[in-house]
Amino acid sequence: MNSDIMIHIEGLSKSFGRKQVLDGLELDVMRGESMVVIGGSGTGKSVLIKHIIGLLKPDSGRIYVDGHDVLSLGEHDLGELRKKFGMLFQNAALFDSFSVWENVGFGLKQHTRLSSAEVRKVASEKLRMVGLAGIEDLMPSELSGGMRKRVGLARAIAMEPEVIFYDEPTTGLDPIMADVINELIVDLRKKLKVTSISITHDMASAYKIADRIAMLYKGRIIEVGTVDEIRNTSNEIVRQFITGSAVGPITMEVTRA
Amino acid sequence: MTSREPRKTVTLLCPVEYLGSLLIPSFSVVGGMIMMLCFTLRYIFTPPFYLRNIFKQMVEIGVNSMPVVLITASFTGAVLALQSHTAFKRFDAETLVGTVVALSMTRELGPVLTGLIVAGRAGAAMAAELGTMRVTEQIDALETLATNPVRYLVVPRFIGGMLMLPALTVLSDGIGIMGGFIVSTRVLGANPTTYMTRTWDFLEMEDIFHGLLKSFFFGAAIALISSYEGFASEGGAEGVGKATTRAVVLSSMAILISDYFLSAWLFK
Repeated sequence: MNSDIMIHIEGLSKSFGRKQVLDGLELDVMRGESMVVIGGSGTGKSVLIKHIIGLLKPDSGRIYVDGHDVLSLGEHDLGELRKKFGMLFQNAALFDSFSVWENVGFGLKQHTRLSSAEVRKVASEKLRMVGLAGIEDLMPSELSGGMRKRVGLARAIAMEPEVIFYDEPTTGLDPIMADVINELIVDLRKKLKVTSISITHDMASAYKIADRIAMLYKGRIIEVGTVDEIRNTSNEIVRQFITGSAVGPITMEVTRA
Repeated sequence: MTSREPRKTVTLLCPVEYLGSLLIPSFSVVGGMIMMLCFTLRYIFTPPFYLRNIFKQMVEIGVNSMPVVLITASFTGAVLALQSHTAFKRFDAETLVGTVVALSMTRELGPVLTGLIVAGRAGAAMAAELGTMRVTEQIDALETLATNPVRYLVVPRFIGGMLMLPALTVLSDGIGIMGGFIVSTRVLGANPTTYMTRTWDFLEMEDIFHGLLKSFFFGAAIALISSYEGFASEGGAEGVGKATTRAVVLSSMAILISDYFLSAWLFK
């Protein structure tokens, strides 16, 4: 396989009960690239990410990360692969029984021989990278939404991952905080040279953080292109989505929802 | 005629479908629990071990349940003495009250009441905590941090339950016997020496040991059922609430039902 490809997905299908969420999805993500997957709510963007990390098992299809077939890995190897991953969850998913620095240092504590003091030092450093110095001893419940996301980001980068997943990084934040997060993502990419996959339906964010954008619709990637290519697309469905119009080929299942 | 055919199939299928809709989810729950049990049993003996988590669960399940176990056991022993005294007086066998209290506590009430209390206290807490972790994606976050959630969360609860239930039961047995002793000697005027002699004469190690063996199973069942319900919860606060209720109800039922079969097997 081409070694420039970090993530390769072929024929990925998954259904929950009678609902076909992914239907033969194909996607390649290059090494060091920032790929943004856009698509409506409930179209399976999170499901896609959860498959790549191995949190969900597909009905059919293959997923390769850095040349490893994710689906054939045993518990130990999957764990080793996951050490190369960092993930920012939609609502940060901080461990609410741990303080901020223990959250950020969780991976280090589990997987390295660093002492508590050393872990705390690394955690502080990562917190500074996301603009949060001096909150090490707060509990997650004491943080605002934007701070939680940034702590989540610090936790995601603590192990110096090769691939970072962002699940709706700007959802639920005010426009300025959303842009702060966007800046951080761009900044981290420049500093850490990681591959990243983000899922979002916030087009402002997508344009800002993406090298390439892929549109997920009805369980497949219907278009992949650079930011400019997507902006000037001739695909009616993509155009309707990026301009945010209620009129077009995408019909919302308002009555049945 | 043709228009009536589909209806006929529907009426014929209905009971079957209905039965299926009841049974299939139960099978999948039992299957899920058995799978979780298999993983848990395997992980207990293979590293990494999370000793700090195990210790924390032992405190949560065992130490923090002590006050309520103490109160329940002492009053149960007391009321046992009171009731059996009234009954035995009718055929002049009051001296056997101590024996009845001791046997009832060690064989039956110690393990079962402790189990029910822990199911209500610690089982509910487990399901609620793990359920909240599930719906807020904290369990997924553990996996992305290359930490197996069953190892990290379920195994410590399982070990904590298995170790602490017998410990609480020993306490419960002792306190129950004490409660009976105090009521008999202070309220009902029994002779303390006779009471204790009657207790020790008829109580055998086997009674205590079998009671503890039962409580060991109860502890495992509570931890497994409550953890499973927590892990399987979905749909926000309401889902966590339902999971918590199911954890307590299923654990309690599991205790009472398995108690019969364990007793039949152990005390045959």
